[in-house]
Amino acid sequence: MSDRQQVSIYPGEEEVLGAVVELRSAGFRILEVFAPYAVHGLERAAGLRRSRIGFVTVTAATIGSLAFYFFQDWVSAISWPVNIGGKPYSSAPAWIPVVFETGVLAAGLATVLALFVRSRLYPGKRARLIDPRITDDRFAVVLEIPDSGFDAATARKICARHGAESVEEGAAPEVGKKPQRPTTTSVEVRR
Amino acid sequence: MDRAAWALREPLIAGDKTPHQVTIDVSRPLEGKPTPLWWAAFLVSLATLAVGIAAITYQIRVGIGTWGLNRTIGWSFDITNFVFWVGIGHAGTLISAILFLLRQKWRTSVNRAAEAMTLFAVMCAGIFPVIHMGRPWLAFWVFPYPNFRGPLWVNFRSPLLWDVFAISTYFIISAVFWYVGLIPDLATLRDRFKSGVKQRFYSFFSLGWNGSLTVWNRYEAVYLILAAALATPLVLSVHSIVSFDFATSVIPGWHTTVFPPYFVAGAIFSGMSMVVTLMIIARQTMRLEDYLTHRHFDIMTKMILATSWMVAIAYATEFFIALYSGNEYERFVFLNRALGPMAWSYWIMVSCNILVPQIFWFRRLRRTLPVVFVATIFINVGMWFERFVIITTSLHRDFLPSSWASYAPTKIELATFAGSFGLFFTCFLLFCRFLPVIAMAEVKGVLGSHLKPRPVPVTDEPILEAAAARSANAGLDEAVIGGPDAVLLDLSPEETST
Repeated sequence: MSDRQQVSIYPGEEEVLGAVVELRSAGFRILEVFAPYAVHGLERAAGLRRSRIGFVTVTAATIGSLAFYFFQDWVSAISWPVNIGGKPYSSAPAWIPVVFETGVLAAGLATVLALFVRSRLYPGKRARLIDPRITDDRFAVVLEIPDSGFDAATARKICARHGAESVEEGAAPEVGKKPQRPTTTSVEVRR
Repeated sequence: MDRAAWALREPLIAGDKTPHQVTIDVSRPLEGKPTPLWWAAFLVSLATLAVGIAAITYQIRVGIGTWGLNRTIGWSFDITNFVFWVGIGHAGTLISAILFLLRQKWRTSVNRAAEAMTLFAVMCAGIFPVIHMGRPWLAFWVFPYPNFRGPLWVNFRSPLLWDVFAISTYFIISAVFWYVGLIPDLATLRDRFKSGVKQRFYSFFSLGWNGSLTVWNRYEAVYLILAAALATPLVLSVHSIVSFDFATSVIPGWHTTVFPPYFVAGAIFSGMSMVVTLMIIARQTMRLEDYLTHRHFDIMTKMILATSWMVAIAYATEFFIALYSGNEYERFVFLNRALGPMAWSYWIMVSCNILVPQIFWFRRLRRTLPVVFVATIFINVGMWFERFVIITTSLHRDFLPSSWASYAPTKIELATFAGSFGLFFTCFLLFCRFLPVIAMAEVKGVLGSHLKPRPVPVTDEPILEAAAARSANAGLDEAVIGGPDAVLLDLSPEETST
């Protein structure tokens, strides 16, 4: 892929939403959008699919619950059986509260860990910002500039019509150093 | 309120804020030097915490014989405080998770502080059972780990052990939920501060967040999963399990099936009151009037009123079943609660928890913050007494009259309880000083929500007719602008009366 991109900055959510919808319908390829807060519908408009991170949750919850069900059974009936009030050694109903809690614990930790790993978020990571105002109130749309056939005039016109404050084309600032490595800036927005 | 305002709904955030203004307003308390008021509050809290630490050191050295417990009353002040603090810890997750699930946009102003409150309250709650174990340095024995004593395992049939798992899971998941919510705001602060220790701190913990929509997409999914799938059932389970400590025993007054819902309702009631108390303090001391508007307090006090009635129904059910059960011990315990030597505590509970919240039927009182402030403090006193009544009055009259006893807390117990408040407010004030009290990224998302047209369900004839009638009356196209005024829990239309 080309390492040239077009970056346009927008002052608000309506503007960026309109620009994203129109740019995509005009056939431009959006590499990434940057937003200070989650805007309802912007992900779908930019062509992002629903995250599948829920599978991690379900898997971890199942493992956490089952592991502790069998652990409690093993502890109470096999490892060291203790007669407590004449109750059966394997008293399944009494295991349920702990099974529930460990399921929730495993699911919660695994889901957040999956988010961090998948998005390459880790403590102390240097943020690579496309504009320092992104975490305050500005939105940015990054378009791919293919090696040929990029209609810069039309793209600029669409951006301007939706209130873009600035439109710049240039070598990809974010991925310039390591163009072969995928980063959050350059990939993963699928059509 | 005039017609135009009714048509457009009262905005959640006052003062026509832009997202940039939100950043400025929320970051302001973190940027300057602390105010004298903050220092005063912090030093008082720290001093109270020091008293608590001294008391705890003393009682661990000497033993819990320094408490007022006796052979009959084996649980009293400590477990009361434990349940009290766990209960307060419930509103945080309620506001952040359950209200998120119900799409209550007003929660965005309150959730961050409420979640912080949850963490600190659970920390306070943990102190009491750990000391009550007698040898707190062996507290890790409550966890099932391989050991050289057999291995000897914990008893998984005991509700006290379920409590260990419930409370620790609750603390960890609440902390994770809170931190995940903080990440975008930490990134905002990272980019606002140019240098210094604080900048490095925010930079380290914001995980390189750059606002990428790909990450936002996953982040939103994770937030929904944490809120809807995990935290909501968790918050309901935790206080249910706390109530099992009592409900699975055979003590008259404890041995009742109404306990789990009763405890959960009580926890939400007390937690909501504590949130309101803290929010009024934060609003006044940190100039957050535009973010914590009268509408927020209006809705929260309505929730307090609703949960107050749930608690009232639980009190009535409990009493009725005791009288109706034909069990003379049950009947005695409840009559003794209301008429016996500790009846004063029962009537404090009833007046604070049932009578005081009734003032919230009146809109004017719901929006008079000094009144709300005092009422919520009364409610928390009442909820403390609820736990005291359940625990102590059920124990102080045994099956054998020769074992009948009474209970009064010692100075050490009072100092420990005061110390837990010291810990709570010290933590809360540090939180206000170093982290954004308002969830900026969430508030920015709801700024214009009152202006957006609400989708009107096309198939729902009566709503459309009502909307059409309203718009005919008002001469405005309210059917489009305001929509059917259908925010959950905020059912009263903002009528034209005031």
